[in-house]
Amino acid sequence: MAASIVSGQVPLQKTKPGSMKKDRRRALYWSYFFLILFVVFFLTPPIYMLITSLKSSAEIGAITNPWFVYKPTLENYAALLGSAQYLTFFKNSAIVSVVVVIITMLISVPAAFALARMKFWGSTALGMGVFLTYLIPETLLFIPLFKIFAFVQDTLGIEMMNHYWVLMVIYPTLTVPFCTWIMIGYFASIPKELDEAALIDGAGYLQMLTKIFIPVALPGIIAATIFAFTVSWADFLYPMAFTTSADQLVLPAGIVTILIRGDVYAWGQIMAACLLGALPPLLIYAFLMDYYIAGLTAGATKG
Amino acid sequence: MAAVIPAAGQSAPARRRGGLARFARRKSTIAFLMALPLILLIGALVVYPALYSVHLATLNKSMEHFVGLGNFEFLFKRDLFWMVVQQSVIFAVTAVLFKALIGFCVAHFVHNVPAKGQRKWRGMLLIPWVIPPAMSTLAWFWLFDPSYSAFNWVFVRMGLPSITWLGDPYWARFSVILVNVWYGAPFFLIMYLAALKSVPEQLYEAAAIDGASWWQKIWYVTLPMMRNIISITVLFSLIVTFANFDIVRILTSGGPIDQTHIFATWAFKLGIEGNDIPLGASVSLFMFPILAIAAYFILRDINRRGNEA
Repeated sequence: MAASIVSGQVPLQKTKPGSMKKDRRRALYWSYFFLILFVVFFLTPPIYMLITSLKSSAEIGAITNPWFVYKPTLENYAALLGSAQYLTFFKNSAIVSVVVVIITMLISVPAAFALARMKFWGSTALGMGVFLTYLIPETLLFIPLFKIFAFVQDTLGIEMMNHYWVLMVIYPTLTVPFCTWIMIGYFASIPKELDEAALIDGAGYLQMLTKIFIPVALPGIIAATIFAFTVSWADFLYPMAFTTSADQLVLPAGIVTILIRGDVYAWGQIMAACLLGALPPLLIYAFLMDYYIAGLTAGATKG
Repeated sequence: MAAVIPAAGQSAPARRRGGLARFARRKSTIAFLMALPLILLIGALVVYPALYSVHLATLNKSMEHFVGLGNFEFLFKRDLFWMVVQQSVIFAVTAVLFKALIGFCVAHFVHNVPAKGQRKWRGMLLIPWVIPPAMSTLAWFWLFDPSYSAFNWVFVRMGLPSITWLGDPYWARFSVILVNVWYGAPFFLIMYLAALKSVPEQLYEAAAIDGASWWQKIWYVTLPMMRNIISITVLFSLIVTFANFDIVRILTSGGPIDQTHIFATWAFKLGIEGNDIPLGASVSLFMFPILAIAAYFILRDINRRGNEA
């Protein structure tokens, strides 16, 4: 539509007929050119991961073309899937992430409902406070938490250091604020008439939440779930600071601390480990891309 | 239980006021209880540790007695501290600038191609953001490997000198920024693409009728319409980049000769590895004021524009 108006107008002025169309085509070709360039830049590391993971140690050691696999082999993947250690990392990551998702949803959905729909004393301040927690990054919190955990261990006798369940306690600090933020946005977009209808029909607030808000805001809940899962799957600092022994590590920390032994030829296995470790978020992304992107953009479009 | 009250209010108008007051009280109580886990979580695991870290920063190494600002005095006298400040600022500002630029340009390219193909391009371009950074940084580490670097292999074939990516301080700084830009640019791309889609087509039509060039369209239509989203993404990214840990830790661990340390990695080295928790806490505390200042300016800007509109 824009094109028709514009190209109808332009020939009357100075340019030759059809030049607008030509300009557009040229812009399109340039767009494709740069898109290909950036796709190459963005996909080089993951593709190189894949290439290396298919090589045997001998091939990596021999100085051949690093970008090409002469004798593809799955031995790295077989070695990893047969190694109890790697499977432990994977299992720990899976348990931690799933539990964190559940905790996050149990905390942030009711809180978002209360903040979006039921004003109470200090609710605006709390909404602002949730936003402001972004100013206190995890890199500021890990040192005091380290000390607090040591203190809890000394006084209450609960051993907190070097157990992966500790991650289930602290990961929600990374996920809950953003998920609450997303859910406030989704809940606020639900028409008020629905609540009134529910109240007239005699529903309580809990029923209103479970029977109306959660089903209506399901896309938001899926987006928040994906966000919480990927964040807890990927976090690196907290497991590095709070877990050390091999059976308690989650994937990112496990690959970095245990698999890298200063042995150059182990890189095939390391890359395979990274690729397998990146698989759950990649699969979620591949199948639920729209929810994934909705979760990413929800925070900003509200502001 | 709560359901009974509005029903009673309707059937007996005389009791309405008392019933409503009770109802309001109950409503706010329920709401407070629903938000309580959130309050407890943030209070116990964010606010309390943050305040505790201020306390920790005033103790001596063995955490036995109070030294006031002693840790800060000690830090201010060390050249390495000022280098870390400088490196953190360079790292965050350069990385965010390039992420925003690349995100803005690539968003335009994606927006230009026919709507049918956009999904495919967007799908491929967001992949760096999806891979957990610790794992993708390992791939970069392997690409930068001193003797097996795949980049250098290409450079040598093209007749260019090979580069000591992580061994030379300047290249190491370049490398950590490059990896950060690679990881973060897709986030900007997605945000700006969403923002571009929300700019009404009529504005471009009007601009085209007035004879605006593509540059004028970007400057006078696109940028003003996207101003809020640009501010928010830059703010978020500045916070996250400033507090980055994974990339620097995995690529260089702060080396060579501590030249690539940023606040988070240096605090980790001093506090956890060097066992000097108060000093580590003092270092990491420097992140907060800088972030708060950035947030203040950007949010003020958004509010002002919001009021003008």
